[in-house]
Amino acid sequence: MLASGIMDEDAGSMKHMIDCGAGAIVTKSIGIEPREGYPNPTVIELEHGILNAMGLPNPGIKNFKQEMQELSGSKVPIIGSIFGKNSSEFTFLAKEMESFGADAVELNLSCPHAKSYGLEIGHDPKIVQEITTKVVAQVTIPVFVKLSPNVMDIVRIAKAAEAGGAHAVVAINTIKAMKIDIITGKPILSNAIGGYSGKAIKPIGIRCVYEIAQEVQIPIIGVGGITSGEDIIEYLMAGAAAVQIGSGIYYRDVTIFKQICDEMKAWMKVHQYQNISELIGAAIQ
Amino acid sequence: MINIQVTKVLEVQQETKTVKTLTFYHSEPVKPGQFYMVWIPGIDEIPMSVSIIHHDQKGITFRKVGIATEALFRMKPNDAIGIRGPFGSSLSLEGNHLFFVGGGTGIAMLAPAIEMAREQGKQVTVVLGAKTKSDLFFKNRIRNTGATLEIATDDGSQGFLGLASELAKQLLQQEDIDAIITCGPELMMKQLLDISKNIPFQASLERYLKCAIGLCGQCCIGEGLRVCKEGPIFNGKTLKNVKDFGKYRRDSAGRKIPL
Repeated sequence: MLASGIMDEDAGSMKHMIDCGAGAIVTKSIGIEPREGYPNPTVIELEHGILNAMGLPNPGIKNFKQEMQELSGSKVPIIGSIFGKNSSEFTFLAKEMESFGADAVELNLSCPHAKSYGLEIGHDPKIVQEITTKVVAQVTIPVFVKLSPNVMDIVRIAKAAEAGGAHAVVAINTIKAMKIDIITGKPILSNAIGGYSGKAIKPIGIRCVYEIAQEVQIPIIGVGGITSGEDIIEYLMAGAAAVQIGSGIYYRDVTIFKQICDEMKAWMKVHQYQNISELIGAAIQ
Repeated sequence: MINIQVTKVLEVQQETKTVKTLTFYHSEPVKPGQFYMVWIPGIDEIPMSVSIIHHDQKGITFRKVGIATEALFRMKPNDAIGIRGPFGSSLSLEGNHLFFVGGGTGIAMLAPAIEMAREQGKQVTVVLGAKTKSDLFFKNRIRNTGATLEIATDDGSQGFLGLASELAKQLLQQEDIDAIITCGPELMMKQLLDISKNIPFQASLERYLKCAIGLCGQCCIGEGLRVCKEGPIFNGKTLKNVKDFGKYRRDSAGRKIPL
């Protein structure tokens, strides 16, 4: 499926990702009010990954209704990503997303670079459990919780989401990182600190999924650095039941969805796997 | 790959009261129509089409309209700027008689294509539109290529009195044209597309850009067409199916804003 924050701010882009073969779409993270995000530079390419600090730009839940309505009747599930300051904002947004036709919601409790949102609340297991419990009680659609690797113990947060009744956890969000230009001596991102994604972070995502899989029963959606069919196999073996693609679009463009599915099928054939379920958690003793 | 190079401003050329050209060294090959993300350290990063291509020396030409361009406007030789790119699609120069229409600062990105077309021996007609005579720039640069230059000003202070698109309409009726290539205000480009009939058409679009590498979706038009990747140059066939063209753009928050 398409990860949140990539080609998913308007209905036209999301339709295009569906046509390109995404099995589900996670929308851009939407909040209560429109937010412009940070000034540029907001995204830069580094040697082994992509660094971004967008600052949660989004048109606000009210304006997003039109985009969601344009997607009604899509052949794949649309998962509404939402971010808020507290459980009442999250429940309001989740209910709105449900009423707009979202098939599930993903709670962004892990954005690494926006003040009073994301990681600032998502690092505390108590808050994560409270928000999840309240959202789950207010909507009938599945609730996913997206986790940050920027914590001492991601398993504790995953368990808190599970205790709150989450239907799945999504791991991982980006990793706090920074780039300084040594000629001017200035950080390049306008927010100085951002989140690192892309190829470099795959081993971290694999480790997080592997650790979580041993402690929680709900499905894990793996995300972080996937650019090939073999990367997906690795995430599945670590314990993921599904995966998301984000920065992979930079490395292999929008055709990545079809390409990696083909690569995965070919690999499974060569290695004599019949079914994806044989791969899930295969690395866990 | 680390795709940001911090380089020094080489020369600054004042084109009008509010328009300047900066040149810098950047060895990556670039084609007319492509753009850079220009980082003004500590201030902003903005997309700028290439306006000068001379071996390793490249240039950008801009009007001061906001904080970022005002900071660029104050730059002197040896000041540091960061360059990402070049990004995006480039102009096709197919055809024997090419018709360029530049409105406002649009002529900046058309100039390297005009020079290239003339070097290839093509017949070139250029319509240059501006509000008033003192806003016109690159007149000599275009005349020096041997292209036919037609000028339109909104107040009639030089050349045709009226919009560039109105002058273009008259000329298109008189001349045999193989291709229309335009950059300028989107409503002007939309009018040109509407009168282009079957003549191959290319326009350079401008949208709020963030990543410039086809990821963030900020600049998408129509059904997932990225101005930074599939664009900024789009052909007429594509634009006829893009319902936002000439209608609205999206701001930094992703809200639709009528043009």
